[in-house]
Amino acid sequence: MSNRNHKPGPNAGRRKTLRTLGAAAGAGVAASLSPTLFPRAYAQSDPIRVGAQFHRTGIGASYGRWYERTAAAAAKLINEEGGINGRPLELVVEDDGTDPKRGAEAVEKFATQHNVDVAYGTLFSHVVNGSAPRAGELKLPYIVVSEGYHVASGQLNRYVFQPGITDVRAQVSSMAPWVASNLGKKVTMIFPDYAFGHDHRDYFSQAIAAQGGEILELIAIPPTEASFTRYLPRIARDTEVLYHVMVGPGVLTFVKELGQHFGSNRPEIFGFIDSLEAVDLKTPQLEFLEGTYFWEGYPRYAQPDQTEHDRFYRAAVGVDDNGASLGDPKDISTYAHMFGCWETLFIIKRAMEACDYAGPADRGRFVEAMEAMETFEEGRNHPQGRKVFDARIHQCFGHQFISKVEGGRLNVVHRTAIEDGRYEAEADYTAMPL
Amino acid sequence: MDFGPFFLLATLEGLVQAAVLCLTALGLSLVFGVMRVVNVAHGEFFMLGAVLAWWVADLTGGHPALGFSLALVLAPLLVGAIAWAGERLVLKRVSYDPEATIVATIGMLYILQQTTLLTFGPDARAVDPPFYFRVEFPWFGYSGYKLCIIAAAGALLLATWYLLARTRLGLVMRATRFDRETAENFGIAVDRVYALVFALGAALAAAGAVLVVPVRQAHYLMGGDPLLLSFIVVIIGGLGSLRGTLVAALLIGLSDGIISVFFSPTLAKMISTLAVALVLVFRPQGLFGVRAGA
Repeated sequence: MSNRNHKPGPNAGRRKTLRTLGAAAGAGVAASLSPTLFPRAYAQSDPIRVGAQFHRTGIGASYGRWYERTAAAAAKLINEEGGINGRPLELVVEDDGTDPKRGAEAVEKFATQHNVDVAYGTLFSHVVNGSAPRAGELKLPYIVVSEGYHVASGQLNRYVFQPGITDVRAQVSSMAPWVASNLGKKVTMIFPDYAFGHDHRDYFSQAIAAQGGEILELIAIPPTEASFTRYLPRIARDTEVLYHVMVGPGVLTFVKELGQHFGSNRPEIFGFIDSLEAVDLKTPQLEFLEGTYFWEGYPRYAQPDQTEHDRFYRAAVGVDDNGASLGDPKDISTYAHMFGCWETLFIIKRAMEACDYAGPADRGRFVEAMEAMETFEEGRNHPQGRKVFDARIHQCFGHQFISKVEGGRLNVVHRTAIEDGRYEAEADYTAMPL
Repeated sequence: MDFGPFFLLATLEGLVQAAVLCLTALGLSLVFGVMRVVNVAHGEFFMLGAVLAWWVADLTGGHPALGFSLALVLAPLLVGAIAWAGERLVLKRVSYDPEATIVATIGMLYILQQTTLLTFGPDARAVDPPFYFRVEFPWFGYSGYKLCIIAAAGALLLATWYLLARTRLGLVMRATRFDRETAENFGIAVDRVYALVFALGAALAAAGAVLVVPVRQAHYLMGGDPLLLSFIVVIIGGLGSLRGTLVAALLIGLSDGIISVFFSPTLAKMISTLAVALVLVFRPQGLFGVRAGA
């Protein structure tokens, strides 16, 4: 998790570079096109401004760093190819400190000071829950890459979307049958004690019960926790499968202490890669993970059947075949999640082009254009795979991966079908007024 | 898990916690005892110790034990030097006025924390333990290094005791603590003693952090918990009473470990905080403290 090359200083530099790049690309495109293509009042070089709310600091910082890099790479590509509606795309980055209150302030700043067209990028579910109501009040489209079920549940508002990453409910429902039939049916769950973890608790319990399995123990751990040994004795003795998902700065400690606790005498272990995002699998003391399984939203290690889209995407975001930064093999990416930032930015572009978006006055039409989408086909813009979008709940559904740790790397052993995770929509945002 | 092994694990966790807490809280207590300064930035000195340990270990490379040993020497020294500079530049200028020093150390807290964020970055970094072996109990495994933390903290505490009780420097510190004006009249450079004590307090916190960083990780926000726990310990033990601090650290560390394992870590924090409230109401001077003016 080395980060020597990416201090806030260079971040600011990157933003500036991005702006320059965007402007240059936009100017190039503008010069090559006839002015009659731009009948609206907006000058040709006026950028489309996307407010990018990232966790540069706080407990989500390792995700935030990679979310920002991924978004920058996607924006660069979009600008190289002519921008959005012929206008350059500019990312306006705000740090929310992985804090719900600051998240709401960031949304406020986007709408009132930066005057962005839409806002995007938030990950941690408590920050989304804290920020989304303000986005709704300000009628600012707020497109998150968060995984939580909060968008699909209908508890937020019409301006909030999650089109780039499958939600936890669908993820865990699609994998429970595999876990029950391959690993075991008596499960102890360890999860972070906040909204995201509660989604795991609620929907995996439900899904494993549907497979005839049972939950022996639910162990909730605060996401700011630094020491985990004291929670581990609660793992029931007859546990067949230990299900773990952990977030925050302590994840490496968590996994190490899990290894100390069990040694070689462990149950089957099925983890969400969240417990190891941005952590090198070859770290000493993680050897016990050999032979355990992980959910991955998108496989960190390039697989033998790697698609050309994955190859292209990896190169664009600067990640090697092991999921580490091209510049620093110790700087491990959050590969299983950050693809959502890439894909979402292309979805924003597509919606803006569909409604011929010209400025903040068109935000309502943008929302309707988003709701008109049904599928995202696998390709360069959607390297993770095909996705189906349910407009009623503003949520997409895609494939999930189950990988096994073999020889210190993750090899995919199962890929779920999109239908495996589909559930009936329990809300309808499209019926809400704009 | 049965009660016996469960209790053993809880006690081990509690002892590790208590060992580190003893060092950290002793630093806080020493600073208050001698200088009458409530050092709100104490947790940040702890954090700095961990971050510098990562830095030293990372620069050293080679076998983890080499980097760690260097860090154990260098990190407390560097943190002590930073604290010394802070004392000279800030606390001395406000003439150690109790209220001003609280505000000043709050300022130091933010300066240290944000400077770390700007330089070290927002990520948690792991430091490899100098050695790693797993102690296999019949019911569960435990990190052998963690057991060594207890021993190492014990040794450091003994060294501190020796410094305070058996050396001329310690005598001077105790004299200053006992009565500043008399000490001054006897020719003790109270001013310099203050700077030294502030540095020593910070170095103790840093030493605790270096010991614990291989089983935690260095992170710029890690100073909050040690600060809270140190205050709890120092208030329960009696502000300025070193013996009280040690007893309270053992008590709080063990009870925190045991309650955390048997019930929940949140409940453990609630009980510690409640204990502070009760002590403040019924025995404001703390368990071992002396009443003001007595």
